[in-house]
Amino acid sequence: MIRVQARTEPSTLMTFASPLLAIMLTLIFGSILFSALDKDPIQALHVLLVLPLSDAYNISEMLVKMGPLLLCAVGLSLCYRANMWNIGAEGQLLAGALGGSAVALMFVDSESFMAMPLTLLGGILSGMAWAAIPTYLKVKFNSNLILTTIMLNYIALYLLIWAVHGPLRDPDGFGFPESALFSDATLLPVLSDSGRVHLGVVLAVLLALFAWFILSKTHLGFKIRVYGADEPAATYAGYNAKGISWFVMLFAGALAGLAGVSEVAGPIGQLTPNISPGYGYSAIIVAYLGRLHPAGAIIASVFLAILYMGGDLAQIEMGIPIAVVGMFQGVLLFFLLACDFFIRYRVVSSRENMA
Amino acid sequence: MSETLKKQNSKPRLELLNITKQYPGCLANDQICMTLMPGEIHALLGENGAGKSTLVKTIYGVVSPDSGQILWDGHEVDIKSPSKARDLGIGMVFQHFSLFETLTVAQNIELCLSPAQLVAIGNLAERITKLSQDYGLNVDPNRYVHSLSIGERQRVEIMRCLVQSVKLLILDEPTSVLTPQEVAGLFDVLRQLSDEGCSILFISHKLHEVTEICHNATILRGGKFVGDCQPAQETPATIAKMMVGDLAEQDAGYEKAYGEDVIFSAHSLNLAAKHPFGTSLKNINFELLKGEILGIAGVAGNGQEELMSIISGEDNRSLKGVFTLDDQDLGTLSAGARRRNGLAYVPEERLGRGAVPEMSLSENTLLTHSRGFVKSGLVNWKAVKSYAKQLISQYNVKCHGEFSEAKSLSGGNLQKFIMGREIGQNPKVLICAHPTWGVDVGAALAIHQALLALRDQGAAILLISEDIDELFLLADRMAAVCDGHLSPVVRTEKTSIDQIGQWMAGTFINANDSAEATA
Repeated sequence: MIRVQARTEPSTLMTFASPLLAIMLTLIFGSILFSALDKDPIQALHVLLVLPLSDAYNISEMLVKMGPLLLCAVGLSLCYRANMWNIGAEGQLLAGALGGSAVALMFVDSESFMAMPLTLLGGILSGMAWAAIPTYLKVKFNSNLILTTIMLNYIALYLLIWAVHGPLRDPDGFGFPESALFSDATLLPVLSDSGRVHLGVVLAVLLALFAWFILSKTHLGFKIRVYGADEPAATYAGYNAKGISWFVMLFAGALAGLAGVSEVAGPIGQLTPNISPGYGYSAIIVAYLGRLHPAGAIIASVFLAILYMGGDLAQIEMGIPIAVVGMFQGVLLFFLLACDFFIRYRVVSSRENMA
Repeated sequence: MSETLKKQNSKPRLELLNITKQYPGCLANDQICMTLMPGEIHALLGENGAGKSTLVKTIYGVVSPDSGQILWDGHEVDIKSPSKARDLGIGMVFQHFSLFETLTVAQNIELCLSPAQLVAIGNLAERITKLSQDYGLNVDPNRYVHSLSIGERQRVEIMRCLVQSVKLLILDEPTSVLTPQEVAGLFDVLRQLSDEGCSILFISHKLHEVTEICHNATILRGGKFVGDCQPAQETPATIAKMMVGDLAEQDAGYEKAYGEDVIFSAHSLNLAAKHPFGTSLKNINFELLKGEILGIAGVAGNGQEELMSIISGEDNRSLKGVFTLDDQDLGTLSAGARRRNGLAYVPEERLGRGAVPEMSLSENTLLTHSRGFVKSGLVNWKAVKSYAKQLISQYNVKCHGEFSEAKSLSGGNLQKFIMGREIGQNPKVLICAHPTWGVDVGAALAIHQALLALRDQGAAILLISEDIDELFLLADRMAAVCDGHLSPVVRTEKTSIDQIGQWMAGTFINANDSAEATA
């Protein structure tokens, strides 16, 4: 007879094996899905997972998608470590894009060397401001952070759509809902001529390493970990719960805001209504896949970026609908949470006759 | 007792033969044998983790042993479930009661009876009233459980067993929640049951209770049977020796010390309860002197938790002019700032509050002790680790090393660690809650000596405990709480267990009020 039994202590092996197992299960599920769609599953998986890494151009495009995913995921990892269930990276990213664009559009005809840094700053501050709203509500009124951040995602989206239809619309744009193209002085420098990998991607990796440093080396990082692992212990030790909440939320908001402004001042080059294919939501999966560790987030963001890239390619090469990517992500998170169950539990086959 | 002796030739009520139970990574019971005669009050003794709970759960059918036999009235039985155990006539009163607060006493008792038993009993309320009179239990079948005190609830649990004509009653640390007067009442009931031929298996940490009431005792250590004795012919010290194994010197009397300078004071502390089931604090005044231990007795849930959390600052409501530490107003500071001003705190829950379960001991050192280990926001982990190692060796904490997770330690060892960590901050005032609750004799001794050493260095200690013997042992002055009121504070040698017991029951409250009215 097979039973589920609680482990005496969480399995370290499963902590690391769980993401790999979840990826395996997702691929198996994907194969079945592709077969059902009458597509060759081997070819589909090849296009989805291998092709994005097949040449320098594809790799650079993959890295471009990795940047915003990683920035958002690093911020979320810190939030989740501190038990702040911030689902609002998407909204903070959009707010960052919107605020950054507002600054960038002041420099449309300018060559000023301050244009790019000020644009980034505008984006970062906007992301922080957007994160500050739910944080204030949580700290002051103990409102449910999950609900407020989700709602603010929609508000940010419609605010952005309103802005590109209204005040930020390009006056010479024939009424299209787009801003003017940003000036070259505003755009993030590109690292190599062959691709679109820009400064934002480098910043993302550096900030992930910085967050790792905060968590492992600083007293503040230690307090964040205590607060998340055991809130009564943090209260007992006299840690400033509000301060920690504010720090992780504003940090996450700043990173998501930077992700947003790096998109508009990076590969896109202007503000449009569709600047994010849901990076802020996918970052939740990245954060969990990376075990809420900034270094893990680097690896996990590469994987999700490959999936995004592969989704584009699969649509082009095989006519597989882009919705499949979203489905893949959802299934991946589902399997991951299911596999995480086995960190604390195990299956035993008992010889005892229970009858 | 005479009953038992007379029945020496009669058959044993219960015999355990070579009971063995293996848990993952732990042999909880190793070939344990035990015999209980009808009418015998038998103590089951041992440190934490000695295997007592596993053994009684085996008898009550909660745990099935890997090997071994259970004989009931001479016949081998297979007790598969608690209901099977109850059918045989085995009743158990757990440490944590399992009563529905919104139901009456009779309804609660009815819930655990089978239809056949109910038919046999007929009128349950009458039966309860009858038994209540016979045994002096004073249990009213129509009262709602939420209106009963802890002692009364325990009597309901006992009643639940009596209704089923129990032949073996198992009690798991029954006295830990009772006032001394309630303990005496419980013992009367147990003696009466014993005289009527009911066997009683009694688990306790309090050795003087065992010597007072038990005929025989079985002692377990590390899952193994190490000996049995007749407690009446032993002293608590000799029994403790058998339990701990080595010759741990028992806590004897300690010198009392009396400070003079006030270091901490509370003036007219009034505080509404934060939770619906909390206790409001009512006009609490006391002073702590340098170099003394002030013991506060009380049955759990009479405001101790609220008092500690408002002093420590965990309860973050700001109170102006209520607490003074070294002439500084403490009540407006955050918990962290109070720590920095010299207040340390050993909380009741070790795991999950005093220490983070999943974190290593060095991380748990940093939890409250950061002075000297953090420079411009960066943690000097190397120094933290070496200090944690020092704490581990100084307080003889049994663990694999400073990298061990807090939850891998036994309760006593973790408590020694937490105590060492808090004392290591050289506090001016230490608040200490139930320091040896559930801790074995050896660790309790070490904890007592650490507290006394801290006192002798000139710190003031506020010791809050439900263990009245411990308070008399350690405290230099004593008081009791009841329903959020604090009794007068007296020198320990000028009071008695009787007086403190009455204060725990609240006899001082009206006297206090009238004294204030006349003042």
